[in-house]
Amino acid sequence: MEVGAVFRAAFALVVGLDPDFLGIVGLSLRVTLTAVAVAAVVGLPLGAALALARFPGRSAIIVCLNALMGLPPVVAGLAVFLLLSRSGPLGPLGLLFTPTAMIVAQVILVLPIVIALTRQVIEDLWGEYRDHLRSVGLEGMRAIPTLLWDGRFSLATALLAGFGRASAEVGAVLIVGGNIAGYTRTMTTAITLETSKGDLPLALGLGIVLLSLTLAINAVAFGASRIGARYAG
Amino acid sequence: MLDATSILPLTVDAVAFAGDGRLLLEPNSFVIPAGGVTVLLGPNGAGKSLTLRLCHGLLNPSRGAVRWADAAGGQRAARRQAKRHAMVFQKPIMLRRSVEANIAHALAASGAEPTTRKSRTGQALARFGLAERAAQPARLLSGGEQQRLAIARAWALRPELLFLDEPTSQLDPAATRQIEELLSGLVSEGITVVMSTHDLGQARRLADRVLFLHRGRLVEDAPGAQFFAGPQSAEARAFLAGELLW
Repeated sequence: MEVGAVFRAAFALVVGLDPDFLGIVGLSLRVTLTAVAVAAVVGLPLGAALALARFPGRSAIIVCLNALMGLPPVVAGLAVFLLLSRSGPLGPLGLLFTPTAMIVAQVILVLPIVIALTRQVIEDLWGEYRDHLRSVGLEGMRAIPTLLWDGRFSLATALLAGFGRASAEVGAVLIVGGNIAGYTRTMTTAITLETSKGDLPLALGLGIVLLSLTLAINAVAFGASRIGARYAG
Repeated sequence: MLDATSILPLTVDAVAFAGDGRLLLEPNSFVIPAGGVTVLLGPNGAGKSLTLRLCHGLLNPSRGAVRWADAAGGQRAARRQAKRHAMVFQKPIMLRRSVEANIAHALAASGAEPTTRKSRTGQALARFGLAERAAQPARLLSGGEQQRLAIARAWALRPELLFLDEPTSQLDPAATRQIEELLSGLVSEGITVVMSTHDLGQARRLADRVLFLHRGRLVEDAPGAQFFAGPQSAEARAFLAGELLW
């Protein structure tokens, strides 16, 4: 098939709102957004606590987190696979090859990014706010809610970085999800499969949607943070 | 306005501070009774900010003690009890929120109930001429307005004593004059003011009492008029003569 025909077929798929196609897009979004949400709920307070706390081994934790930001997705996938496989410690839960397993794997990928970037943002903000917050009686962990709220526009970027990592990766969801059609097939695993099968229009169509979604989410986040930054000064 | 038990006088008893193995503040002692403006005067690096921070409890003295008449009021016996002395910094620290929310946040942090928060925020906005700016982002105010908000925010906490660290050093003469008028107003309300400055003119205009510091040592403690008419120490004479000493 020549390239022009591939593009025409791909656009037809995107515009035609094919149910299988939409199912793949929907599952991808569900898995990735859930993973980012979980990572945000856990990672924002943890990152802020790490920014304020002083204890032996803190530097080692920060170095590890920074290293984990570059954790290869296939390794994260493998770890979750071993954990959830029939003979693994969490095997009885029967989660392997389910969307839940994919969410777990992506949380592992996103969490270090959210914690590490949150720590950086909150540490800078604390440097600026410290005197005032301590003066009004917000010492230690009691300062966290204020700092998270006032850092919200910078922290949105941290979550966005997490979303980017989760939506783009294929290794982890492929290993723990199994790429089962209609159940655990995401945009990235489908692109991998269809490309190797030679079904280029489907692969390309999904690629276009993936790119557009990423672009749209980034545009919205950028606009929101611009408005917010103007407001917050 | 104030509770029956006062946190004043504040007693600074041989308070010294060391950092990085160097003695930054020698053991200094003085007492701050209720009322008036006490000015900490001295060249840069004399230990003025350090003294204020130690008094306010942002730093712990290496030696000696800072004592309030009513220990409960001064030290915040319960976690959620406000400590009745507040501080305004050289560079106003403005939260990334509206003018109104900056005041409400400080009140919430020091344990005020929501209804109290609302009424005191309104009073502070009106008292300091910020009502029209209530909804604006605090960080977009001018330097003078930011310092005015910082003072309003501290005032809303109903302090008996207000510490100010070089509150006008980054402001133009007009804004400086405005802040000085505000401070005089606070004193006539019965709030005790302890501030640092290296601005001689400002010290002359405001000081009821001068604590002159030089290289971490309290060199002279005298009523304002007396200090400016005839300083006792060689260091203070040199400082007043404009011979910068360090």
